[in-house]
Amino acid sequence: MTHVERQQWDVVVVGAGGAGLRAAIEAREQGLRTAIICKSLFGKAHTVMAEGGIAASMGNVNDSDNWQVHFRDTMRGGKFLNHWRMAELHAKEAPDRVWELETWGALFDRTKDGKISQRNFGGHEYPRLAHVGDRTGLELIRTLQQKVVSLQQEDFKETGDYESRIKVFQECTVTRILKDGDRVSGVFCYERESGRFFVIETPAVVLATGGIGKSFKTTSNSWEYTGDGHALALLAGGSLLNMEFVQFHPTGMVWPPSVKGILVTESVRGDGGVLRNSEGKRFMFDYIPDIFKEKYAQSEEEGDRWYEDQLNNRRPPELLPRDEVARAINSEVKAGRGSPHGGVFLDVSTRLSPEVIRRKLPSMHHQFKELAGVDITTEPMEVGPTCHYVMGGVDVDPDTTAALGVPGLFAAGEVAGGMHGSNRLGGNSLSDLLVFGRRAGKYAAEYSVALGEDRPAVDDGQIASASAEALRPFSAADGEGDEAAAAAENPYTIHQELQQTMNDLVGIIRSEAEMSEALRKLAGFRVRARRAGVEGHRQFNPGWHLAIDLRNMLLVSECVARAARERTESRGGHTRDDYPGMDREWRKSNLVCRLTDPTGGLSATDPERGQIRLEKRDMPPIRTDLLDLFDKDELVKYLTDEELTQ
Amino acid sequence: MATQATETPETPDPPASPPSPTGGVTSPGRAAITAKHLRTDRWWLQPAVTFTGLFLFVVYSTWRAFADTDYYAAPYVSPFYSPCLADNCRDMRNGPNFDLLGSWWGLSPALLILIFPLGFRLTCYYYRKAYYRAFWASPPACAVSEPHAKYSGETRFPLIMQNMHRYFFYAAVPVAGILTYDTVLAFRDDSYEFGHMGLGTLVFLVNIVLIWAYTLSCHSCRHLIGGKLRHFSKHPVRYRMWTWVGKLNERHMQLAWASLISVAAADFYVYLLASGAFSDPVLF
Amino acid sequence: MTTAPPSKTYKAHFKVWRGDTGGGALEDFRVEVNEGEVVLDIIHRLQATQAPDLAVRWNCKAGKCGSCSAEVNGRPRLMCMTRMSVFSPEETITVTPLRAFPVVRDLVTDVGFNYQKAREVPAFVPPPDLGPGEYRMQQEDVNRSQEFRKCIECFLCQDTCHAVRDHEENKEAFAGPRFLMRVAELDMHPLDAAEESGLDRKRSAQEDHGLGYCNITKCCTEVCPEHIKITDNALIPLKERAADRKYDPLVWLGNKIRRRGQ
Repeated sequence: MTHVERQQWDVVVVGAGGAGLRAAIEAREQGLRTAIICKSLFGKAHTVMAEGGIAASMGNVNDSDNWQVHFRDTMRGGKFLNHWRMAELHAKEAPDRVWELETWGALFDRTKDGKISQRNFGGHEYPRLAHVGDRTGLELIRTLQQKVVSLQQEDFKETGDYESRIKVFQECTVTRILKDGDRVSGVFCYERESGRFFVIETPAVVLATGGIGKSFKTTSNSWEYTGDGHALALLAGGSLLNMEFVQFHPTGMVWPPSVKGILVTESVRGDGGVLRNSEGKRFMFDYIPDIFKEKYAQSEEEGDRWYEDQLNNRRPPELLPRDEVARAINSEVKAGRGSPHGGVFLDVSTRLSPEVIRRKLPSMHHQFKELAGVDITTEPMEVGPTCHYVMGGVDVDPDTTAALGVPGLFAAGEVAGGMHGSNRLGGNSLSDLLVFGRRAGKYAAEYSVALGEDRPAVDDGQIASASAEALRPFSAADGEGDEAAAAAENPYTIHQELQQTMNDLVGIIRSEAEMSEALRKLAGFRVRARRAGVEGHRQFNPGWHLAIDLRNMLLVSECVARAARERTESRGGHTRDDYPGMDREWRKSNLVCRLTDPTGGLSATDPERGQIRLEKRDMPPIRTDLLDLFDKDELVKYLTDEELTQ
Repeated sequence: MATQATETPETPDPPASPPSPTGGVTSPGRAAITAKHLRTDRWWLQPAVTFTGLFLFVVYSTWRAFADTDYYAAPYVSPFYSPCLADNCRDMRNGPNFDLLGSWWGLSPALLILIFPLGFRLTCYYYRKAYYRAFWASPPACAVSEPHAKYSGETRFPLIMQNMHRYFFYAAVPVAGILTYDTVLAFRDDSYEFGHMGLGTLVFLVNIVLIWAYTLSCHSCRHLIGGKLRHFSKHPVRYRMWTWVGKLNERHMQLAWASLISVAAADFYVYLLASGAFSDPVLF
Repeated sequence: MTTAPPSKTYKAHFKVWRGDTGGGALEDFRVEVNEGEVVLDIIHRLQATQAPDLAVRWNCKAGKCGSCSAEVNGRPRLMCMTRMSVFSPEETITVTPLRAFPVVRDLVTDVGFNYQKAREVPAFVPPPDLGPGEYRMQQEDVNRSQEFRKCIECFLCQDTCHAVRDHEENKEAFAGPRFLMRVAELDMHPLDAAEESGLDRKRSAQEDHGLGYCNITKCCTEVCPEHIKITDNALIPLKERAADRKYDPLVWLGNKIRRRGQ
């Protein structure tokens, strides 16, 4: 066996986005030696794409806001499928997490009295999003990055080595979590630059790898979003829940083709942008669902007044939760009232002056000007839904973020499930990253400390099989056994076909037949992916990296398709053509995904059996004091009579 | 593309022709590309234009500064000779005669005063960029290798003296004040009666506006007026002034060129009048 | 749905540098280009069809992460923000890695220099008397630093700055525009308490981070994809602030007298 370098760290964080960095900062501040492993360069994580803001009920703009209101909005947005405890912790802790950023140097936009300014956003009752223009994600990632650097500077003063207590392994990928019995013992990684393998021995691993969007064709997600953390957790014996809920952001760019899917921030609508179809009609007024009727304006006049006077008017329906707006746009386009490139028009130029647009939405102005040649200060944008976020994720304990069933494994951010229920509100992801990132770091550190000398050992056999698995694409063309007969597959081709399949068959609107078809296709891809072969050598070879990532994308795609076929209702980010209504009976249940063959065989090719088995599990009942925050009239829309009488 | 000589021994005197940079884009470890640059656009155009423009001004102003003639044609005084600080000046009725040095100064009086505006321009952040690029080729254009083997920027003498810019700014303000006074005097006719205007008055007006705009748009001015403050909110007036200067400052390059041309034009206009080549068309 | 207008397609001639530390060369490719595409799309098409192991960094594809920095026709640019429509179909388009940093492979360079410089700039010093949630700042006081915080760390300014691009030996002493701008950002931060803690950022800009190497030739500003006015708003103000400290005789005299009095 080739020699693989080993290092020992107390806590390993996989992913250097908002959640990962926040977790690492916390673990290091608890005094533990913390390693961060990320696929890109340090500071390039997908969090930079978040534009709108961080939801936190600081009440700086409207002092009626508090955590209870935020909790209510979050539960409503998630159609009550959220894990209530996570939603509670999130709403309570978000303001502290934002204020803390300021002490690390973040510079948010300000109110007149010098506090952090907050903006309106879809689904939030009050102006709640702390923001910096429309580049809040960048500010967040940079602040956390600079905090990590400042901790390194402290360590340098003390030990003479910047990386003595917190180190970033950038451009490295984790392919396997290693275990000693039930417990996590380390991670197996390769360095993208050299292709070199290495192992980090650690008792505690925090997954903060983000989402799965790269399994879809039209997506706002970058190449990194291949569901690595989801797959790693599954492969390590953990479970995923709510995987059927995938959020399609209503407004992605639709033209030119090369930027299709890139996000157009919701703040465009929060700040006055209106949606129109090709007939010039503000169609959103036709799509207000009954459960939101009282909360939204019923006429254009009222909607317009809201921008000036939010106390006495109801908000315009452009600010409905994302799932509603995405479905509405989808319907308009399908009905033939779309824009020339297959979207609808989003116009901010009619309400705001060019100066205000440039000041409030600078990166949108820049993005459209440079990429599409459209000046949003005078022209409407063309937008359409794009795969944006997966609500589902690793099944975790709400307080500690510990993955259920895998001691030593933690998950925070998009990769963790439960917090957002069936649909995430805009702005709640950045606050989620901070709140649960910190918790993951804290509890991972505590777990690691509690083990003392009793650390799990890394098994050589697991290293050998992980390394064989990672090297497989180089020998695919030579073939083994039956596969020798078939030629090597191009991983790019399989990836493109996978994306097309998921987009077409497991997209915004779903049906049983299409998803069965998708599962059949996925089984085919799985066979072909085993033959995915690459040329060249291990040094910075993107073809090889993609071949490895395909395993993860196929696993999570199957979770999505299988869970979506099982859930026979429509709710949030899951819309069934054949079951258009929301079903209160389904509200109580999570669908949990596990590997069919936890011993590691991934060759299952039977589309019905596949690699994933589903389990329906009841949710814990919502605590009564939290239920009391809602009107009975509202609760009856979500909860069964039985639940209400309890 | 220039031929590459990677094995240059350490020669004591770098040759006048561009030597091969030892530590530039062809350094070991960097992508092995022999070309000094791969730009395909006309990157040389801007430095060429800058070089030509500044060169012409230097030639013209040297001639005019040393000429010591034809700098006054009532009521106009050439901006090159104002204020006149020596005894050997022509008497300019009510004009900028400030005989501070007395009679021992025998050279052109322009040399005394031009030090200040020229020093101001020489140390100006825009002109520095312009001549570092166009005259020094340091760099000739972005991502085009410079020919120098060593570079220490403005870290040591003499270029560290560029930090004196703000003192030249202090000096440039009174000079601009005197040129303003000259412009007021230009509202006289050739018999020193106020209330008249000639074509020259217009030339002087345009020039003084540009001189002031250039002077006030200076980066040092922007710093002193407000840029140095930590909290704008505590100094609302200076903040507004800073904002205003900042707007001018965005046009600093254009103003530098416009005022350079206008000052030469004003001088040339006076020269034409004084040498009798032309007479000032009187407007009223 | 209304049909989209037909898009125009042509074959472009690309020269892409391929190689590693051991050497390399520009390789020729003929590759399809569709309407609305950017250089990064073409590089991806090469990967998917002709050169699967062509190394390139990228992430967001929207000019927000600063990963896909390279030199296109000799100019430092983000490949995702360089539209193919700025070139004529006949033009040969040359793509090379950043030429100021060591190459790793193909279009990927080792940008470790920048991370090292980032560590050398002392972090924000929180005011000791203010707790979380107590920070009060006016918008006009944060505007300046906010402009600099738009930086996406693409390092194009670091790549184009001749002080290090043409002079490897200056890398030791010179932080480069990105990190001098970071010093300016912190020095203009309305609540940074560095001075109270004994750190003079204005002085250290010159003494520790090599501000004097900047000869304000503005290439950093020219290449900045975020259109940050690095030279006018960060570097020159920083030079003026350093001049306040070191070249202002009144300040110097004042310090002398104060020191003598002690």
